[in-house]
Amino acid sequence: MKNILRTGILILATMALCFTSCDEDDPMTPADDSRYMQEDQMGRPAINTVFVDAGDKDAFNTTTPSKQGAAFADKFQSKLLALNPGYSTNALGLDAETFTSVLATDVLTVATEGKTTFFDGNNVLTGRALSDDVVSVELLLIFGGPEGTGNPGLTDDHVDANDKAFLNSFPYLATPH
Amino acid sequence: MKKKHLLLTALILLATTVGIVWAADHIDAPGVTSTTSDITDFYAFQSPENPENMVFVANLQGLLAPAATADARFDEQVMVEFNIDNNGDAVEDLVIQATFKDGMARVYGPAAPSETGLVSRVETDGGMVEAGITSYGEPAIIGSDKGMKVFAGPRDDPFFFDFAQYSEIIAGNASSFNNPGSDTFAGTNVLSLVVEVPKSMLGSASTLNTWVESKRKI
Repeated sequence: MKNILRTGILILATMALCFTSCDEDDPMTPADDSRYMQEDQMGRPAINTVFVDAGDKDAFNTTTPSKQGAAFADKFQSKLLALNPGYSTNALGLDAETFTSVLATDVLTVATEGKTTFFDGNNVLTGRALSDDVVSVELLLIFGGPEGTGNPGLTDDHVDANDKAFLNSFPYLATPH
Repeated sequence: MKKKHLLLTALILLATTVGIVWAADHIDAPGVTSTTSDITDFYAFQSPENPENMVFVANLQGLLAPAATADARFDEQVMVEFNIDNNGDAVEDLVIQATFKDGMARVYGPAAPSETGLVSRVETDGGMVEAGITSYGEPAIIGSDKGMKVFAGPRDDPFFFDFAQYSEIIAGNASSFNNPGSDTFAGTNVLSLVVEVPKSMLGSASTLNTWVESKRKI
């Protein structure tokens, strides 16, 4: 009888111990202390796609933003001038070197107060909202010249909105097709 | 000879396919193209529901046809990490990390990372909010805790662009866009991770540098 009781207590104690420390799936104490290695990254839309040469695309994805400027700014400038040989400045008043040095560090700036938008005519790069027409903004800055009036056939793809309406409440993105 | 011809045809097909479907960050590089770690887009904006909150969106595995969407899964070996720099040096001061396991999305942080850069560990100091991964065709499951909200599951790809015409321009076959244009991404889906977080958890800077990374377990 005493033995049975003792065994029972032992089993209970083992179980209790396990519940507190043996749960491999306990999300707050990852059992294996796994490490994760970077494969892809992005800040602003379409930067790798537009400005990075084919042979550099994986390297760009695995260079941390603080080191991207030194590694890629010159190449970005060459790419910009290849896309638009007539580039002088753009609607933000940035010459080729300044513009591409900003872009090469691929982070999205976000304002913590006020409107968050890629560009709305007044606010520039204060975030990226779902409805922002980021492609036309980038085309304008690449091809539009200082007044935004250059190369009019190339500065707007005339797709101005998503094919499904966004939601007013979380999670904001439209349901899948 | 015939073999060579087949190979050439295959290569041309591959090149055409890869060439045709780039976008915001969709299949942007050979190392991630058509893999479970391919990030298609990143958004960061003030919450439409609550101006005290910020919303971060990471989309992965783009160009999903509706018929392929029900079978698309978040990879349990891949972490999605939002990076937040609040002192202007483009080095992350805070991370919000998501991992996926057994139908659940677990979102850790915001927390100061124990190491910055290309390699990460799950940072548990900032607590965790979880949500069941929403299945295709089901109502959105929303996880809430600590003033945060979490969603993970298939959504319409919010990106829009007449990529087809852009390709024609780049290829020298056209000199301008059409008006109206045609949205190459209409009718396609992505896997979305949406995290809403109180701005007070992101530090006191007036401007943040933000970006998203995908990282695979090693």
